[in-house]
Amino acid sequence: MQAFKKLIISGLVALPVLTFSFNSTAQTDTTEVDLMALLGEEEEINYTTATFKSTRVINGHSIENAAKGVLDLRISHRFGFINTGAYEFFGLDGATLRIGLEYGVTDRLMVGVGRSSFNKAFDAFGKFKILRQSSGKKNMPISVSWFSNIVCNSIKWQNPERENYFSSRLFYAHQLLIGRKFNNNLSLQISPTYVHRNLVATKAEENGVIALGGLGRYKLTQRLSVNAEYFYVLPNQLAPQYTNSLSVGVDIETGGHVFQLHFTNSTAMTEPGFITETVGEWGNGDIHFGFNISRVFTVKRKTIPVE
Amino acid sequence: MKKYIAIFAILIATATTTQAQKYFTRAGYLGFFSDTKMEDIKGDNNKVNFVLDAATGQLEISGLIKAFEFEKALMQEHFNENYMESDTYPKTSFKGKVDNMAGVNLKKDGTYSSKVTGDLTMHGVTKKVTVDATFKVAGGKITCESKFDVVPEDYKITIPGTVRDNIASKIAVTAKANLEELKK
Repeated sequence: MQAFKKLIISGLVALPVLTFSFNSTAQTDTTEVDLMALLGEEEEINYTTATFKSTRVINGHSIENAAKGVLDLRISHRFGFINTGAYEFFGLDGATLRIGLEYGVTDRLMVGVGRSSFNKAFDAFGKFKILRQSSGKKNMPISVSWFSNIVCNSIKWQNPERENYFSSRLFYAHQLLIGRKFNNNLSLQISPTYVHRNLVATKAEENGVIALGGLGRYKLTQRLSVNAEYFYVLPNQLAPQYTNSLSVGVDIETGGHVFQLHFTNSTAMTEPGFITETVGEWGNGDIHFGFNISRVFTVKRKTIPVE
Repeated sequence: MKKYIAIFAILIATATTTQAQKYFTRAGYLGFFSDTKMEDIKGDNNKVNFVLDAATGQLEISGLIKAFEFEKALMQEHFNENYMESDTYPKTSFKGKVDNMAGVNLKKDGTYSSKVTGDLTMHGVTKKVTVDATFKVAGGKITCESKFDVVPEDYKITIPGTVRDNIASKIAVTAKANLEELKK
């Protein structure tokens, strides 16, 4: 009995000693262990940001929105056609402009209003992010946004003697913007577009016009990119004098501004205008030099929880 | 008999205190502040992982660049796009050692100071740094905190002349975490 007791006691004594020695070997082992691996990898959704530098590629809308609580003041100019010659100082004497105020209501929805000198038009638009390109926990190869606007021209009636309806002043455009940032530098977008004009000049022209836009940017440096866009109007919808809109330009980014300088054959800066009413021919030198300036103001600051 | 029990108790106690305890959090804080006459820039990340091995003093910190939040959306975009290039370098991390871990008793209330030495990685550049850190233990709650300066150019983050006056030459960084015991 006594011997049995002794055995148990010595066993109990040995147990912690053994545990202790195991622990010390465990310690020497952990010195080189990857501690972060102990937490396990928690995959997050990694949303792609800054597919384009601005809400416009040139004339056309990009999939980018003004962020929530951010007001974007945009001033866009198109000088006259370069082929007007030295007397008009290659177009710089004349200008068409649009002033816009645009606001991010939520991170997905932005709205804006603008006034253009082209047709003395007012415009209002909404743009909604339906899908956002992402990787990681959720893999989404493309970003998709919906864009709609309404444009109301306010020029004096061309034929005041006949009965004119207010609705004849209205134009609409609807677009699906499908874009992808392929890598840090290259982003491409296609924009299937439907434009509706309540009144058209001749019976031969369609009220509803279908077009397809192709837009892209390539970043040369962190703050400089080359942009191009082309809107192809499907045949037999417009009168023959109208041409497809083609624009090329650069984006220059400084602190709170984005300067967009470009050459375009379109005079108007809203979708119904530059898609269905472009008359310039690149081949003839009917090219406008132009620029957009975007200045953002943070109206509502984001509140961040701090420890 | 009593003698044996006493030895047994002492041995158990020794064994537990030397056990390799690990502490962690997934909700640690990493923030920076740039103070200039032109503007203040502040970025906060509240989703930072910290792991501390109390036995060896080994400390690892890791956070996503995209998880830094700013008051102004444009600052956040520029931080990711133009400065940190978060698509290419998604994470910032620290791997190092608490120099005086033996002097830090996480089981006992008090404030302990120590130097922490290790490799700080951001924007794809790793640099050896030594910073001051404090461990506060109060009622079983463990808080560690460190404040230090970072020079962007040391990590190949270039700041163009046009905004040089808007960004401080030394950025004040704060790392802070409430650590919990890691139960495995």
